[in-house]
Amino acid sequence: MPANPHNGHTEYGVGLGLRVPHYRHILANKPTCAWFEIISENFMVDGGRPLEVLDAILEQYQVVQHGVSMYFGSADKPDRTHLRRLKNLVKRTKTPWLSDHLCWGSVDGTYTHDLLPMPYTMEAAKRTAEKIRYVRDFIEVPICVENVSSYMEFLASEMTEWEFLTEVVERADCGILLDVNNIYVSSKNHGFDPMDYVNAVPHHRVGQMHIAGHTKFEKYILDTHDHPVLDPVWKLYAHATKLCGVTATLLEWDDKIPSFDEVHAEALKANQYIADARTAQNGKN
Amino acid sequence: MGRTKKPSTPDLAPRDLLTWQRTMHAAVTRPLALGDRAQRRWFDGSSSARAIAKLVKPSRTLKPLERVEIYNRMYWFRLLDSMAQDFPGLRALLGEKKFWPLIERYLAVCPSRSFTLRDLGARLERFIAREPGLVAPHGAAARDLVRFEWAQIIAFDGPSRPRLKKSQLMGADPAKLRFAVQPYLTLLACRHPVDEYVLAVKQDGALRTEASNAVAARVDGDSGGIVRLERGGLLHIVVHRVDNQLYYKRLEPEAARLLRAIKAGKTLAEACASAFVRSKSSPDEQTKNIRDWFALWMRLGWLCPRE
Repeated sequence: MPANPHNGHTEYGVGLGLRVPHYRHILANKPTCAWFEIISENFMVDGGRPLEVLDAILEQYQVVQHGVSMYFGSADKPDRTHLRRLKNLVKRTKTPWLSDHLCWGSVDGTYTHDLLPMPYTMEAAKRTAEKIRYVRDFIEVPICVENVSSYMEFLASEMTEWEFLTEVVERADCGILLDVNNIYVSSKNHGFDPMDYVNAVPHHRVGQMHIAGHTKFEKYILDTHDHPVLDPVWKLYAHATKLCGVTATLLEWDDKIPSFDEVHAEALKANQYIADARTAQNGKN
Repeated sequence: MGRTKKPSTPDLAPRDLLTWQRTMHAAVTRPLALGDRAQRRWFDGSSSARAIAKLVKPSRTLKPLERVEIYNRMYWFRLLDSMAQDFPGLRALLGEKKFWPLIERYLAVCPSRSFTLRDLGARLERFIAREPGLVAPHGAAARDLVRFEWAQIIAFDGPSRPRLKKSQLMGADPAKLRFAVQPYLTLLACRHPVDEYVLAVKQDGALRTEASNAVAARVDGDSGGIVRLERGGLLHIVVHRVDNQLYYKRLEPEAARLLRAIKAGKTLAEACASAFVRSKSSPDEQTKNIRDWFALWMRLGWLCPRE
């Protein structure tokens, strides 16, 4: 049974990001893995090796699409050519939901290829929500928006990040991909309590969670995805899982990637918190 | 709120989201200064620190400009790294001292207009042609290399069409028969052995002989880290894929003329006639060559029906 209206896939459990260094192992050995998250843009191509790999993966595994270039927060109008490409991929993967980031990254058709933080204003919230609705109507799959890690805040902001996230998803009537590592990274960079963030978001909209590792520098924390998940992030994940119920969860490991088995073992640590949430959920029912 | 006109200098008092994003975009994508630091001077010559402080809050540990600098660096490091991955041959040819300034200049003039970094180098050949001073004295070699390395990107994930079947040739009138070449295939005419050169740079000689006849080139040991790429006779190199693996194959001039004519939409009869315009080979030899080339190209899947 779904934990909430935006979480119809509680049975998905713990998945992994599909990454190039693991292709050979996965295709040759077909290891057990609940599901893979793919970066949509890596497969929005016209042919060749990427689509061959994707089709082989789709024969064996459930796949969920995660994007990095929709830029829901960019003031530019959505690019219909881009959306058509994305929709073609959605038809291929049959992804049950589609996620991308609550950020901006392009202006006047020029791309930064980064996930830039938003000014938390009502104008930005309204425009972003409109864009999410437009994309959802075009692509015809449920959408979850992910909170990004950030290293700067703006004087223009009129609310906190979690208030902004809530404003956007309520207006767009969409789900949340809650990245607890991103919350932790931003909390240290901006000086807020990460528990306040997790407590405040609309839990009934959380359809997926991300966990990942980060790197501490002298003056700030960087979201590097090149480490195991650190203890404070696991604590945040445990807390979020209690509040949101059993939720499809994914480990991101994008740099200095170890063996598939090592990454998978790290991801499966989430199961103990999911079991706790499931017990709590069954108690309520 | 309606769209505003793009200002000539970034607006430090933006009144709408679009203007605000244009200003932040300008700050994040500005070329880095010495030591990979954010530029100290704003676009109008005033202090960047004071300008950015009008938009960005300080943190407990970082000043506003230091916070923007994190993104400014990430932008450039990400794009430069992507270009270095896509053009390893050009990097080896030019060496570090010329390659990085060239790419920085290119990205400043031709920023990304695509959602994917895959397309980042699409305009590099034209840029080099317009700015030969940035690659001197390697202008022609650099252009050959860029075309060759870009062709590999096309061959990696470009579209394919169903292969031409023998049955589609049987009994057809050569004077009316036209077909196409796979869109992922690029046929280059080069004055430099870029295939050997890139293989040497990548130290990858594991190509199948039928699909590829490139051989590893000698890397000049006393070139100070810069591998030599000497100008020679005209080469015709096909960059293509077989079973989704990349290959390069050199063609004889007559075969290249034939393939170009097919690609240009000539009939089979016209294409065959154009292939041997300046050839001294006998009609029997020409017939045998055409038969052999077609047999190989059909096996490699290069030919496809016209849409």
